[in-house]
Amino acid sequence: MSNNLRFKTSKFIDETYRVSFKFNNKTYFGFKGDTLASALLANGIHLVGRSFKYHRPRGIMTSGSEEPNAIIQLHDNSSRTEPNVRATEVEIYEGLVASSQNCWPSVNFDIGGINNLLSPILPAGFYYKTFMWPASFWEKYEYFIRKSAGLGKSPKVADPDIYEHKYIHCDVLVIGAGISGIMAAKMAAKNGFKTLLVDEKSYLGGSSIYDNSEFSKINNQITSSWLEKEINEISKLENLEIKTRTSVAAFHGYNFLLARENLTDHLPINQRENKVRQRLLKIRAKKVITATGSIERPLIFDNNDRPGIMLSSAIKRYIDLYGVACGENNILFTNNDTAYETAMSLIQRGIKINAIIDNREQIDSKISYEVEKNNIKIYKGYTVVDTYGYRRINKISIMKLSKDGQTVIGDKTKLNCDCLGVSGGWTPAVHLFTQSGGKLKFREEDQVFIPNVYPSDQISIGSCNGDFGLEEIIKNTLSSIKKFLDIDNSEYKTVETISGLNQSKRNIWLLPSDKSIGKTKSFVDYQNDATAKDIKLALREGFRSIEHVKRYTTTGMGTDQGKLGNMHALGIISETAGTKMGEHGTTTFRPPYTPLTFGTIVGRNVGEFFDIFRRTPIHDWHVANNAEFENVGQWKRAWYYPKDNENMHQAVQRESKAARDSAGILDASTLGKIDIQGTDASEFLNRVYTNAWSKLAIGKCRYGLMLNEDGMVYDDGVTTRLGENHYIMTTTTGGAANVLGKLEDYLQTEWPELDVYLSSVTDHFATISVCGPNSKKIVSKVVPDLDLSDEKFPHMSFKNSKIDNIKCRIMRISFTGEHSYEINIQANFGKSVWEKCMEAGKDFNITPYGTETMHLLRAEKGFIIVGQDTDATLTPIDLQMDWIVSKKKYDFIGKRSLYRSDTIREDRKQLVGLLTENPEEVLEEGAQIVADIKKSPIEMLGHVTSSYYSPNLKKSIALGVVKGGKNMLGQKLIIPMENKNINVTVADPVFLDKEGERLNAKL
Amino acid sequence: MFLINCPFCGEREQSEFKAGGEAHIVRPKQPTELSDDEWAEYLFMRKNIKGVQFERWNHVHGCRKWFNMVRDTSNDQIKAVYKMGEKPPVK
Repeated sequence: MSNNLRFKTSKFIDETYRVSFKFNNKTYFGFKGDTLASALLANGIHLVGRSFKYHRPRGIMTSGSEEPNAIIQLHDNSSRTEPNVRATEVEIYEGLVASSQNCWPSVNFDIGGINNLLSPILPAGFYYKTFMWPASFWEKYEYFIRKSAGLGKSPKVADPDIYEHKYIHCDVLVIGAGISGIMAAKMAAKNGFKTLLVDEKSYLGGSSIYDNSEFSKINNQITSSWLEKEINEISKLENLEIKTRTSVAAFHGYNFLLARENLTDHLPINQRENKVRQRLLKIRAKKVITATGSIERPLIFDNNDRPGIMLSSAIKRYIDLYGVACGENNILFTNNDTAYETAMSLIQRGIKINAIIDNREQIDSKISYEVEKNNIKIYKGYTVVDTYGYRRINKISIMKLSKDGQTVIGDKTKLNCDCLGVSGGWTPAVHLFTQSGGKLKFREEDQVFIPNVYPSDQISIGSCNGDFGLEEIIKNTLSSIKKFLDIDNSEYKTVETISGLNQSKRNIWLLPSDKSIGKTKSFVDYQNDATAKDIKLALREGFRSIEHVKRYTTTGMGTDQGKLGNMHALGIISETAGTKMGEHGTTTFRPPYTPLTFGTIVGRNVGEFFDIFRRTPIHDWHVANNAEFENVGQWKRAWYYPKDNENMHQAVQRESKAARDSAGILDASTLGKIDIQGTDASEFLNRVYTNAWSKLAIGKCRYGLMLNEDGMVYDDGVTTRLGENHYIMTTTTGGAANVLGKLEDYLQTEWPELDVYLSSVTDHFATISVCGPNSKKIVSKVVPDLDLSDEKFPHMSFKNSKIDNIKCRIMRISFTGEHSYEINIQANFGKSVWEKCMEAGKDFNITPYGTETMHLLRAEKGFIIVGQDTDATLTPIDLQMDWIVSKKKYDFIGKRSLYRSDTIREDRKQLVGLLTENPEEVLEEGAQIVADIKKSPIEMLGHVTSSYYSPNLKKSIALGVVKGGKNMLGQKLIIPMENKNINVTVADPVFLDKEGERLNAKL
Repeated sequence: MFLINCPFCGEREQSEFKAGGEAHIVRPKQPTELSDDEWAEYLFMRKNIKGVQFERWNHVHGCRKWFNMVRDTSNDQIKAVYKMGEKPPVK
């Protein structure tokens, strides 16, 4: 290998700026402006990876985002490591570290390469066919399969980079800055449209920016010179924003697009600190112009995957843009004229072309004559039938094609080469267009799918619209943009083009071979190792739908989504099945166009912003007092307050006992609060709650149960009448937002005639609940002006009062069965009032308790928790709460459903109490309940919904739902557990103080 | 993602809205007089059309108002939006 593969002719490479980088632990040099791929090629390296299934050596195939082979790991074992990166897209920087994937111990010698020898027994669907039986062995197979499969390694530590999301609104979005994109952006911006132009590359101009050929000219200038002037002009336009290194990932309906803007990936690591690495742009464009160009097709022949086999256009880009020769002895293999452009680029720099193999018998274009003039042998009507060389191509063999192109004839000729450029014509990049919902049509003449029906205000121009010739591109861009933007002035007077290329093509999806198909490896999907043979096998086995063939053979399922070979797969299917191309359609193009990092997707929503939480006004006190927290909806609620190394059980036992023996205090600020006002407020409550509300006196509180229209319990809470037309409703913590939404729904849509207004005031108040036999003494200290006598302030009533001149609302309501008060005060004063209560309760051992103790205390009383004891399948009757369902009211939400044939069944699951035979045994919540353990299959009667050890009753208590449980009082049931069966007795769900003596005790 | 023209606020992102199922299903005024089947019809039966569908939407992260929308479910084109209680402006 000679050392000089670099030609000092490119203005895109800064040869005064040498960059060192590491590839597979060896240091190499490149120049600023290189991609990792161009720098490796300049160092004579083609072999960069191993294929997925057969572990065949693979090289750099393309020069862009369509790359299937050169997939590498960046910065392995560091926090910035990234797998599955395309070497063709990585701009090199000082200190870059890259390594090959999917090979062990090294890319040059890979043990997995044995799969290549085993390939005859690794056909399509091999894993499906082999490892499915015996089914019980799957777990054992899986471990090894997963180990040997997979591409890169995921990072092990947190990503140190910053990512963000940004919304962009524009009149016109132009995707792709090739000739047509540049022209469209200029026309839009100059005509007053706020325009955004994006391109995935670091430079503008697409593949024309390095087109210095004499064979394509615009206005008598070399294409690249003409284009440079255009770029220079548009870069000064005020109305135009240009973003390079920005790849549109998704094109959704209503012209909503997602793009990834790369900001620091081309910088040395030490220059990236505190900078945003990648930005997800959420673009809403009034009009979208897609100018994404086209992707060169490879050709499908035996052993078409060896390192050194590349797209012809890539060879041209590497020499023209990066000044890098991909080989010293080149052969081009083509079915169209574009390979001759590559040939001219090589000729101009004196790089050897051994031969050109052209499928076509007749070649009639200026450029081909020019190539021939340079004494290059063109094999017309020939095809490559095989290639040789393990780690790098060194030979090919060619044969003459028959007239119909279905077979090969004559003798085999062998030709030497170290690089084979292939060109099978061009495939319009319609990915984004189809993602947006656009429908394609198939153009028979040159066998391409092109945009047909646009689903939104958008247009495709240039070669992604099937315009391949320079003249066509410019002419059609001008006319269609004028029409699309409805403008008179195109900004272009006359654009004259000259092109030495002809659009003729001899399209053969699968090139014939002298071997039988079973003996060939003609790769269609390089990344997933799917061959033409696999596709034919799938068809033989009965697969017809393109979507099924895709999944069975994994064609197009790699990280490149088959950008190169999908068309050939379709072609081979239609040829083999004898159907028309257009009829199959294509497989679905799904976002993202190129892979996105997780960082880009989540943006700033990491760490504490990953899942935001709500804190009560008293939160800091709980933290200072050693509380453990639990998540309830978005809230952080104090769960329990461990003292002196207590575990949860010990803390809860202590808290529960204190609350009943003396005094407990609970932060209930998270309960939903809805302020209800209006002349029809009472009528409204009548309609939404199951019980009657018309007669509730001002200053009184009432517990209410809310149903869904299907009769199932939805939410519960206490509502207080503050005034004639003014109520405050409380809801469960988790249900607050949904209850408000549901009430608004009924008000706005079913009962717009009601004069009722709802406001959420959950955050406006702190709610402090003080309970226990000493609660009255404590509250009287905190609110000395208030008469707390049972006559003046009985259970289920409310008073306005003041604490230190701050207005507050005090309710005497109880969720524990104890004498208890709820103080509601402006949120800002919550913490100080809480501290006041703690101070006042010092002599009474006032004990803060969390949600766990609250649950235990209410379970002792048999009070339900909606969402724990209920699950949207229980009616109030099922909960044995018949008392709360008004018989008199004509209607309320869910009433009619309470006597549907299904809801009146006797054997519905009903809420019951459960007592264990051994009072020390605490049941597991969720455990199944059965009656007959011997029956097979065992009939499940229900499950345990709440279970605790009650320190006040000194026994285990539980609530559960049991089929027909209402009539099973005293009956013995069984809870089967993993190691034992627990005997339980069905009991009254109210375990403690059924008569309410504690609540009504004279204190 | 849709761009929805809220009848009260104007064009907003779909992420501000919540879909609320089929529109123009009126809650029976006298549920007690309905048979189980009739009540079930109101309660459970909803259309899921491929084509033009009338839907309820709520601008839940905006004005919180409910309104109706006519949408072609086959291509997600929104044909019209109109306030609750109004007649659909298109068929």
